[in-house]
Amino acid sequence: MELVERFLLGGLIISAFAVVGDILRPRGFAGLFGAAPSVALATLALTVLTEGRQYAALEARSMIAGAIAFLAYALVCVYFMAKGHFPSGPTAVAMLFVWGIFAFGLWSTLLR
Amino acid sequence: MRIRINLASLKQTQWHDYLTRFLLGGAITVATGLIAKHFGPVIGGLFLAFPAIFPAGATLIDKHERDKKRRAGIPRTIRGRLAAALDARGAAMGSIALAAFGLFVWKLLPLHNAAVILAAALAGWLALATLIWRVRKLHVYSSVSR
Repeated sequence: MELVERFLLGGLIISAFAVVGDILRPRGFAGLFGAAPSVALATLALTVLTEGRQYAALEARSMIAGAIAFLAYALVCVYFMAKGHFPSGPTAVAMLFVWGIFAFGLWSTLLR
Repeated sequence: MRIRINLASLKQTQWHDYLTRFLLGGAITVATGLIAKHFGPVIGGLFLAFPAIFPAGATLIDKHERDKKRRAGIPRTIRGRLAAALDARGAAMGSIALAAFGLFVWKLLPLHNAAVILAAALAGWLALATLIWRVRKLHVYSSVSR
């Protein structure tokens, strides 16, 4: 039951942020919503209810490392899409490994 | 540059695009919960900032721009790719504010009401992301006019 709640809440919040990003202009400003805290809001709200605030705060601390990894990922995407002449969709998927390297690199050096 | 709302862009998005984003969003939220349960909150927390739907959004933007050009009689264009790159640049600025969101929640959540802290963190994310975007715009304009 908890998984269904997570799925529905996550799907709704993330879709809502995506729609806001769709309707806003200019494009660069709308792009901010690509890094909206949508997964975080859905997850933290449910985590507070099930595991408590201390547990959720610990997740939020790791989220800082995830966000730095997101910054690295987005900058690599900008480079390859704008300057490297690679197609956007496959580039955005392929570069997810950059997020992984940075996120787990920061985890192993600072958070473990 | 003024921020505006363009509702017409909603018509360009197909129902299956909305469904894809809903399913992806639901799946990543469930996956984040499961990862936290198996590996603990320190690893699980990393995934709160996972670029879950960014690839779907970039693909959609690219497709919309290419469709627009195709309708105008231009079959081959790089505009879609450049629009997706602009979106990624925005996401890069948003991710700096995302780190601040995490910092705010980490420090204040144990001390105050969770709903208030999450609402304040969201407002703070929007304010900081907008500020970063505005400062960058000013910097670009002042560089051009120099």
